[in-house]
Amino acid sequence: MDLNYSSEQQNFRNEVQRFLAESLPQDIRQRVRDGDQGRFKEDVQSWQSILHQHGWAAPAWPVEYGGTGWSKVQQYIFETECALADAPPQLAFGIKMIGPVLIRYGTPAQQQKFLPGVLSGTDWWCQGYSEPGSGSDLASLRMQAAREDDHYVLNGQKIWNTLGQFADWIFCLVRTDSSGKPQRGISFVLVDMKSPGIAVRPTRLLDGTYEVNEIWFDNVRVPVANRIGEENEGWTCAKFLLGHERTNIAGIGPSKRALLQLKQNAAGVIQDGTSLLEDALFSTKVAQVEIDLMALEITNLRVIVADAEKRAPGPEASILKIRGTEIAQRISELQLEVFGATALSFESESRIAGIEGAVSEARPPSNASADYLNLRKLSIFGGSNEIQRNIIAQMILGL
Amino acid sequence: MDFTFNEEQQMLLDSTRRFIAERCGFEARQRVRSSASGYSRDAWAQLGELGLLALNIPEADGGMGAGAIETMLVCNAIGEGLLLEPYLSSAVIATHTIATLAAEQQRSDWLPRLADGSLIAVLAHDEPGSRFDPTKIQTTAVGDGSHWLISGRKSLVYHAPAAGLFLLTARVRGESADALSLFAVRSEQAGITLRACATVDSQRAADIELDRVSVPRAARIGVDIRDGLQAVLDFGLAALCADAFGALDRMLKATIEYSRNRVQFGVPIGSFQALQHRMADMLIQVEQARSMCYLAASVCTDPDAAKRRAALCAAKVLIGQAARFVSQQAVQIHGGMGMTDELSVSHYFKRLVAFELRMGSTDLHLERYRRQMRAA
Repeated sequence: MDLNYSSEQQNFRNEVQRFLAESLPQDIRQRVRDGDQGRFKEDVQSWQSILHQHGWAAPAWPVEYGGTGWSKVQQYIFETECALADAPPQLAFGIKMIGPVLIRYGTPAQQQKFLPGVLSGTDWWCQGYSEPGSGSDLASLRMQAAREDDHYVLNGQKIWNTLGQFADWIFCLVRTDSSGKPQRGISFVLVDMKSPGIAVRPTRLLDGTYEVNEIWFDNVRVPVANRIGEENEGWTCAKFLLGHERTNIAGIGPSKRALLQLKQNAAGVIQDGTSLLEDALFSTKVAQVEIDLMALEITNLRVIVADAEKRAPGPEASILKIRGTEIAQRISELQLEVFGATALSFESESRIAGIEGAVSEARPPSNASADYLNLRKLSIFGGSNEIQRNIIAQMILGL
Repeated sequence: MDFTFNEEQQMLLDSTRRFIAERCGFEARQRVRSSASGYSRDAWAQLGELGLLALNIPEADGGMGAGAIETMLVCNAIGEGLLLEPYLSSAVIATHTIATLAAEQQRSDWLPRLADGSLIAVLAHDEPGSRFDPTKIQTTAVGDGSHWLISGRKSLVYHAPAAGLFLLTARVRGESADALSLFAVRSEQAGITLRACATVDSQRAADIELDRVSVPRAARIGVDIRDGLQAVLDFGLAALCADAFGALDRMLKATIEYSRNRVQFGVPIGSFQALQHRMADMLIQVEQARSMCYLAASVCTDPDAAKRRAALCAAKVLIGQAARFVSQQAVQIHGGMGMTDELSVSHYFKRLVAFELRMGSTDLHLERYRRQMRAA
C-alpha cells in the first residue's frame, strides 16, 4: 500500500501543471475564478481548442480515437489540476458522454461524422433524457419516434437540457416501441438542433441563471442513420453513458478549489483583530469539511485504482456522488456565512426589478449566494442522492 | 498509488483472522471477559508463538521488524474479533516505545520477553486532568543518589493490572520544566498502588498511584523524550484507529445480515427503504473510515511531525464520527436484540464508545486540527 503518487504520476502532474501555467489564457482563468459566465460558451470552446491542439482533448478516450490513452489516475490528476488552476470545465456532454457512446456503440461512419466535432469542441452537444413525467424513473419516458421509411419522426418534450441553448446537437432517448417492458423499446438517436420543429425554451433558475431548458419536438425528422445501436436497444447505451457520466463525480478538484477560496475569504474577514478563519465556531466547520474532503479524495482514488481494469465505474461511484455533492454543497453554505449580510445584495434579482446600477456599490465581492442557490442542483441531478442510495442498497449491500 | 497489500501482508491478515476465529471466538470471549484477569494467558502466549507480539520489534533485536501497515492489518483483525488481550497497549505502544526510545541494554532486557509474551508492558502517561495534553504531566522524578524517586498519579491505564512493567512519563526535578522523561518500573515495586477497574468495552484498566517509588538510575529511558513520545503516541493512535475500523466494518456486515434475515410484516426488514438508505449511509461512513485508517497507517511514521499530527487528528475525527453514527444505527436496526448482551453488536458498540474517548475525543482532535489549519 502506498498513498503517494508514483514518480511517473508525480512527473505527469508536474507536466500538467506546467502546461496549465503556459497554456491557460489569463483572461479565461480570471473569469472562471470570478464566476463570470458572460462568455461561458466561448471560454469552454477556446479551452477545448487549446487542449485539442496539445493532443489532450479527450483524457478518457483510447488513442486510436484521438484520446490521450491516459490511465484513470492520470485522468484524475488532470481533472484535479485543471480545477485548481481555474480552467473552464470541458463540456461533459461531448467528451464524457456522447464520445464514449459513439466509440462503444457507433458505426465507423457515425464515428467519422461526429467524433471530430466533439474533440475540437466545435460541436456543442446536449442531453435529451428527462421528460416532465420521467425523472428518476427515466425508463418511463414517452417521447414518440415513429418510423417513416429511413427517418424517425419525433414528437414530445424533453426537460432539464443543460446548456441546450448553445447546442448544435442533442442525443435523445426516444420511444420506438411501447408494447413491452419500459426499458425495452427505447432508442438512442442524435438530432441536429437546427432541424425544423425544434423549439427551445430556457428555464430561469432560482439563482437567476439560464442553465437548463425545455425542448419541444414537433414532427422533427431524424435520419435512421443517426440511431446509435439497434432499434429498441437504446437503454443499453443510456446505462453505459450514465456510468461514464459518473467518472470523477466526486468533484474533488472543484471542491478543493472552492475550499481554498473559502479559507482565503475567511482569512480576509477580520473582526476585533481576529480573522474568521481563527474564529473557533466558524473554523471548526471549515476543519470538518476539510477532513471529510481529505477522506473522500482517498476513497475516490481507491475506487479509481480498483476500477482501472474496467471500462466504467461500478456502483461504488454512488458513494462518491453522494459524499462529493454533500461536501460541495457544504462548502457553498460556508461561503455564504463568510460574506454574511453582504451576500444579500443579489444582482440577478435587481435586474428583474430593473434597478440599474443600484447594486454595484453594495455588490458582494463574490457570487456566494448565487453559488449556494445553484449548487442545490448537485444532489438532484445525475441520479438524485436518494436514487444513489437505492443503488448502493441493491448493488453493493445486496438488499 | 497502490491500495493493495503484498502477499506477506495478506497472509498476516488472513492468519491473524484465522487464529482469532479458531481460538478467540465470541463464546470464548464471553468466558474470558468474566474471568479475574480479563484476558486469556493462553491466547496471549499463542499470539507470541505466531510472532505477532514481535511485529513491532526491529529485526536487529530479534523481532519481525514489520511496519505500520502490518500493525494496521493485525489491529483490524483484533478489532473485528473484539480481542481482550493487551495487544495495543503492550505489543504496539509499549513495545514501540522501547524499540524506538530505549538503549541497548534496556532493549535486550525487555524486548525478548515482550516478544514471547512472558512480559506485558504498558505506557502509563495520562493523568487526572491532563486531558491528553503532554504539557500537563505532573508526575515527578527526583534524583536520590543511585536512584530515582517517582511520585504522582496516572489515570485509567489500559491493561495496567496485567502488566509486569510500567513505562511512566514524569518530569525530572531540576531539569527543564518542558522536558518529559520516561522511566521503566516493575509493577511490583514498593510504593505503587493500583486501583483496578473494568472498562466499558470489557477490558481492564487501573489508576496508578506512585508514592516515592524508588528505581535505579538505569531505569530511565532516554533523556527528554517529548518528540519521541509523540511519535509513539501517533503510531499507537493509528493502531487504535485500525482496531476501531475492524469493529466498524464487522458491525455493518452484521447489520446487513440481520436485516436480510429478520422478517416482519411478511418481508425481510432490509427490504424497507427507510432502512436501506440508513445502511447506505452507514456504508459511506465505513468506506470513508477505511480511507482514513489507511491514511493514518501511511502517515504515522512520517518524520514530519506537523504533517503526521494533522492527518492523525483528521483520522481520529472522521473515524470517531463514523463510529458514533454506524454503531448507533446498527443497534437501532437490530432493534431490541441490539440492546442485549447476547449478540456481538452490543459489544462492538461498547468497543466504539471506548474508541471515541480513548487517546483524545473527537472534539479534542477536531480542535487540534482546526488550530493548525492555514489559509493556503
